[in-house]
Amino acid sequence: MKLITAIIREVQLDKVHEALIKAEIERITVSRVSGHGQQKIEELHRGRIVVPDLIPKIKIEIAVNDDFVDVTVNTILKSARTDGTEGRVGDGKIFITPLEECIRIRTGERGRDAI
Amino acid sequence: MKSIGKKSLLLLVFTLFSITGLYASDGIVIDSGATAWMLTSTALVLLMIPGLGMFYGGLVRSKNVLGTVMHSFVAMGIISVLWIIIGYSMCFGKNVMGGLIGWNNGYFFLNGIDNNVMKEGIPEYVFSMFQCKFAIITPALLAGAFAERVSFKAYCFFIALWSLFVYNPLCHWVWASDGFLFNLGPKGAIDFAGGTVVHISAGVGGLVAALYLGSRRGYPYQVIRPNNLVITMLGAGLLWVGWFGFNAGSSISSGLSTAQALTATQIAAATGALTWIIIEGFHQGKSTALGFASGILAGLVAVTPAAGVVQPYGALVLGLLASCICYIAIQVKNKLGYDDSLDVFGIHGVGGIVGAISLSFFIRPSWMIEAAASSSDGKWTIWNQLGIQILAVGIAITFAAIMTFLVIFVLNRFIKLKSNEDDEMAGLDRAYHGERGYGMLNPN
Repeated sequence: MKLITAIIREVQLDKVHEALIKAEIERITVSRVSGHGQQKIEELHRGRIVVPDLIPKIKIEIAVNDDFVDVTVNTILKSARTDGTEGRVGDGKIFITPLEECIRIRTGERGRDAI
Repeated sequence: MKSIGKKSLLLLVFTLFSITGLYASDGIVIDSGATAWMLTSTALVLLMIPGLGMFYGGLVRSKNVLGTVMHSFVAMGIISVLWIIIGYSMCFGKNVMGGLIGWNNGYFFLNGIDNNVMKEGIPEYVFSMFQCKFAIITPALLAGAFAERVSFKAYCFFIALWSLFVYNPLCHWVWASDGFLFNLGPKGAIDFAGGTVVHISAGVGGLVAALYLGSRRGYPYQVIRPNNLVITMLGAGLLWVGWFGFNAGSSISSGLSTAQALTATQIAAATGALTWIIIEGFHQGKSTALGFASGILAGLVAVTPAAGVVQPYGALVLGLLASCICYIAIQVKNKLGYDDSLDVFGIHGVGGIVGAISLSFFIRPSWMIEAAASSSDGKWTIWNQLGIQILAVGIAITFAAIMTFLVIFVLNRFIKLKSNEDDEMAGLDRAYHGERGYGMLNPN
């Protein structure tokens, strides 16, 4: 079991979500985060350009069984890239971490079946 | 003794001056009571526009909140400027082009009404500014139909053109003293405060625009939730308060008819709101805050054309009827699946039609007697008036539908009204204004 954590652009959330659903990956957790990577964005406030040092991003967390890791990662890669398939600074990152255990609270099931 | 004589002479001169000051060039006395109320009403109707911005702003997703609020605010800028240049003249000038619109050189830039006092006893500036607010709120209402998916620049052009080619002619027909709907039948088609001019035109125009532009990205399978219903409720509250200016101010006086309109307004709003949450309670098992707000609006919209002619029980029935029919209209919309985002047609269009037609059954007897007296054969029944009302509603629907279509069709040749996919996904706030409405919030 793996935990896939993807940090993506806010604006790509709809596309990524739709692509994941199409790939039959429907159990996801989404949160709003801010962070600092390579990207800079500019906001306008009364004509003054403001560059926030922390940029709003979306974090998607998906716990998957090992055989689903590739399809999940590929789906996110494809749908989270902007500018066609070129990609731009700020498209985000994907982290994969080993997942020790997964327990469904309702039934107490553990492991593979609980995901 | 001498100084007292001088003083009293001075006093006399002042008194004379202050009296002559109250006369306009043509000798009509300013009715300060009516003027004061009309000034208040003007401010109240203006308050409805930010209220509407809040009402709509709370209903969209958080990435579109500022863009949606701006749809209301920018209308205050654009339409006010257009209004003083040519809008007032097109609406309240003398018939030109066979009565299609009005025109009066003295109204161009309002330059000829500097000293005018109307026969109602109020300065014409007050009337003009009061009417200006109606012209502002109508396209702002319409904007709810295509919320979350139009480009800001194109929207600005759209409301300017829509105001010139749809609102102004309709307003002239219904409210100008020589407008043809104003003179239909012995006492005219009844549209006290804008059932046809404001609500039917905005509702039908909105429906046409929503159908023409197509739905939002992801509608209806993607969940699109209101971002902040508290703002929506505050907006609905401001609309209710402002509606007293809208309806009671439309009597252009401060007296009995003002009080009648005010009472009808309160009753219809309350009945509409109660009816809506009762229906919801039975239909869905829960009464929602948004349902209450929708009921307020449905009741207010329905009583708008009727406020001057119905008695309290009539207003009560109108509010009840409007909520029932609007509720059904929205269920039908959900079945049909077209994307009238904030239900402009479902509430304003349908509510306006319900009000403008069914008011015929609740007209106060004194009005019917006057109508009979001024008709050719001395008779006038509710069925006669019903015919007039249906005709006026039919004309308003047809005109608004065709003209809105033409305005969008032509505008789209020059500038695309609908946002492109990237802008729509990013949200109006970031794409067109470079700002964010809120800090950290839920992703949708």
